[in-house]
Amino acid sequence: MKITNELVEKLANLSKLEFENQEKENIKKDLEKIVGFVDKLSELDTSNVEPLIFMTDEINVLREDEVKQEITREEALKNAPKKDSDYFKVPKFLDK
Amino acid sequence: MRTYTSQSAILSDIQSGQLKLRDLVQHYLRQIEGNKHLNAFLETFSEEALARAAEVEQRIQSGKAGKLAGMVISLKDNICYKGHKVSASSKILAGFESLYSATVVERILEEDAIIIGRTNCDEFAMGASTENSAFGPVLNYADTTRVPGGSSGGCAVSVQADMCLASLGSDTGGSIRQPAAFCGLYGLKPTYGRISRWGLIAYASSFDQIGPVTKSVEDMALLLEVMAGADGHDATASSKPAEAYSKLLNSDKKYKIAYIKDCLDSEGIDAEVKAQTLVTIEQLKAAGHEVVSVEFPYLDYMVPTYYVLTTAEASSNLARFSGLHYGYRSANATDMESSFRKSRSEGFGPEVKRRIMLGTLVLSAEHYDAYYTKGLKVRRVIRNATDALLKDNDFLLLPTTPTPAFKLGEKAANPVSMYLADIFTVQANISGNPAVTIPVGKHSNGMPYGLQLMGRHFEEASLLAFAKQVMNEQATAT
Repeated sequence: MKITNELVEKLANLSKLEFENQEKENIKKDLEKIVGFVDKLSELDTSNVEPLIFMTDEINVLREDEVKQEITREEALKNAPKKDSDYFKVPKFLDK
Repeated sequence: MRTYTSQSAILSDIQSGQLKLRDLVQHYLRQIEGNKHLNAFLETFSEEALARAAEVEQRIQSGKAGKLAGMVISLKDNICYKGHKVSASSKILAGFESLYSATVVERILEEDAIIIGRTNCDEFAMGASTENSAFGPVLNYADTTRVPGGSSGGCAVSVQADMCLASLGSDTGGSIRQPAAFCGLYGLKPTYGRISRWGLIAYASSFDQIGPVTKSVEDMALLLEVMAGADGHDATASSKPAEAYSKLLNSDKKYKIAYIKDCLDSEGIDAEVKAQTLVTIEQLKAAGHEVVSVEFPYLDYMVPTYYVLTTAEASSNLARFSGLHYGYRSANATDMESSFRKSRSEGFGPEVKRRIMLGTLVLSAEHYDAYYTKGLKVRRVIRNATDALLKDNDFLLLPTTPTPAFKLGEKAANPVSMYLADIFTVQANISGNPAVTIPVGKHSNGMPYGLQLMGRHFEEASLLAFAKQVMNEQATAT
């Protein structure tokens, strides 16, 4: 697969990352190498194989639906980069 | 202070009055301080470790101590410990303090282990050399121009350099076994689901397992015994009861062992590593085991399968690092969108970004079937083939790594060459099987290397007992 600038832009947008100048060239080259490497998988015939999705044999692991307070508001706010006494403070996301 | 290689030796010296647990903790703290250049620890919990040593010592003297009394343990910096910092060696978690303890942490503390600090690793456990840490690389104690392996490099060096007796790491594609092998130690990746992942910062959730790095099979068994078992916090943790692994180590059973010939003939395998593997095979035959060569035509597909699936899972798992509720937030943002982008771009290192990008690519609508679904299908092919091998044979034997520890910077330029460092270890994570590495040799360049044994799902008891047999047979032969 050819890794184009457009594809890098699109993936960066979906990933919420940004790559400037040289970084963009580097990630493009790296992705080309890695995709070339994983393209190896296309050699294997898997037409009659079901995808393996679950890695355990556990079926329907259920628990009681109980209301619990696992952390307090103070604890939830403890690691916030910006906060006031009751809320997380976040950058503006609506224009007036 | 003598160098202890097992908990039982420490315990018996404490019981006979020859050793004070506090002095042992102090010795380890001096080792950490005196070897700061190795960069193994990100933080030590000195005061509390010393205080706990006095308490545990009392419990030992009064005969009320837990199973891990006397064991001083380091934690990989991706295992949560309530009230302590944890960062996955990433800038994006700078200053973060965990609100709860991982299930494994609760269980080892319950049995009187002492936690001495948190160790450096590849950022978010992504790497095979511990060069991807935001806090600089870890150096191998046996040769500081070489890497300790990764991603649990700090764990391995903390045990190798006698800074603690054992360490808890995580293994997604070899991250416990490869550094343990590079540092001359024992390492176990349990069966997927054997140990709860609650409180382990996720990299690839269907591959990750927590496991021990130790200086003896006995300590590996003991730690597994304490940590294994169902957990209400992790629905993927198996409900199969854990066994008393440490009591099941003595076996003289004769086994049937398979080795994959292509592994030993593969390009890039070191001649001495290969020769030693063949010597071990002969020793096993001489001891009455049956060893057979088998075909396994999927070697070249293992690492590609691993990268497609783990990066997909990583790109989803790491979406939570947004800079909103915790962790690093960029000061350069102007609005919500740029806050996400800048916090993540400034907070994550290059390898993490590479893997998020690849994971996003394989999960994107246009490429999902060609890569992600394909990877899941090949995963089934590899698991079925591995199960078939282990139906006819008790264990699979192969070198842990193709070479001993490589030089710092040697593989940094090409991500694919670094990825291939995991070539012999990823199989166990793809298939979910348990695997151990045991230290079997020393290269003429002075570096240790390991032998890997893989067993059937949830049959850690026989796997560990066999690992002990192999070490005993090797000791008798030399």
